[in-house]
Amino acid sequence: MAFPQFEAAVGRYLPLEVDGRRYRLYVEEAGSGIPLLCLHTAGSDGRQFRGLMNDKALTSQFRVIAFDLPWHGKSSPPSGWQEIEYRLTSRAYVDTVMAVIDALGLERPVCMGCSIGGRIVLHLALAHARRFRALIGLESAAHAEPYYDLDWLHRPDVHGGEVCGAIISGLIAPTAPPSERWETIWHYMQGGPGVFKGDLHFYTQDGDVRGRLSALDTKTCPLYLLTGEYDYSCSPADSRELAARIKGAKLTVMEHLGHFPMSEDPARFLTYLRPVLEEIRATG
Amino acid sequence: MPQAITALLPDLANADGALVRRGRFLEVTFLLELGDSAYLIKIHRGRIEAIEPGPHVEPRYTFALRASAAAWARFWQAVPPPGAHDLMAMLKSGELRLQGDLQPFMANLRYFKELLALPRAAGAQQGR
Repeated sequence: MAFPQFEAAVGRYLPLEVDGRRYRLYVEEAGSGIPLLCLHTAGSDGRQFRGLMNDKALTSQFRVIAFDLPWHGKSSPPSGWQEIEYRLTSRAYVDTVMAVIDALGLERPVCMGCSIGGRIVLHLALAHARRFRALIGLESAAHAEPYYDLDWLHRPDVHGGEVCGAIISGLIAPTAPPSERWETIWHYMQGGPGVFKGDLHFYTQDGDVRGRLSALDTKTCPLYLLTGEYDYSCSPADSRELAARIKGAKLTVMEHLGHFPMSEDPARFLTYLRPVLEEIRATG
Repeated sequence: MPQAITALLPDLANADGALVRRGRFLEVTFLLELGDSAYLIKIHRGRIEAIEPGPHVEPRYTFALRASAAAWARFWQAVPPPGAHDLMAMLKSGELRLQGDLQPFMANLRYFKELLALPRAAGAQQGR
């Protein structure tokens, strides 16, 4: 009898209350060891970390966990969503991450987020530094300016899935393997109406931390920054500016990668991530 | 040369069955400006019906994409450098200016990104 050749990741649904609202959250994980909590980009979901969950060298030392934010992927929006304009806020995002950590009983996890996730790790560092072993910001900047009218992402005369996929396609490096590139774009095409736009409310307005960077303490919790050279949403220059303002932050600019390193080219991204995780593991 | 690339564009586009299929609801005329040169590109059911080089007398178009000839030359490199690799990247840097009624452009954004990137592969084949 043949055994099915499943991948290592296992997903389950977690009922979770955040700020008085009840959610049904989809949580996926693979491996064992130091918890590595992964936060997806705006308008996408935890599938972006599939390459990491399938990497045996990584999962032999780290418990890789990714959850879909409410409204994203297989996580439900809250009851009554049909009357709500979804807008992600710093507070809701921080509280959601901390609620997941508490619900899973994670002890001093490493938390790695990309884009909006790369921003929220800065908020986590400000509010909850002692709760983390280390924080990793992928495509992380203190602020982002919109460069197109965000209303295009959610209006009835433009297909939301088509436009979200097409908007972000250029954020992927030209050298990304086509299958990983188009998988990354597909996740965006599957987002719910207005969800990507609602995440960008946090990215372009509510999540601005420029005024608070001096309070960031990398002695309590180390901060690593990894940014792809083809990213023009959070450019290497944006990350350099961020790193220059945080004492002890360690920035690496990644060649031949864009805004979705873990998803657009997992193999290449892992060559940059492994030394960071090794350093975190070595220093405890 | 940009002129050569715009001359290639109709054959490249109309031979691309998947591109034409994705653009099958598209009826639009847009202006492509490369520095001092301008081209009116007419699209009918996803196919390029005509490219009219300027100078134009009273051109009518729905929207315009304007960038310098040098910016388009970078965009059309086989593997373009960061910042020149995508229309939205050029928009962010200010190298590309989008003007007019952008609804057909945004509703068919993948189509226009892929249409305008077609000369990359052609250029690579010709050793440019």
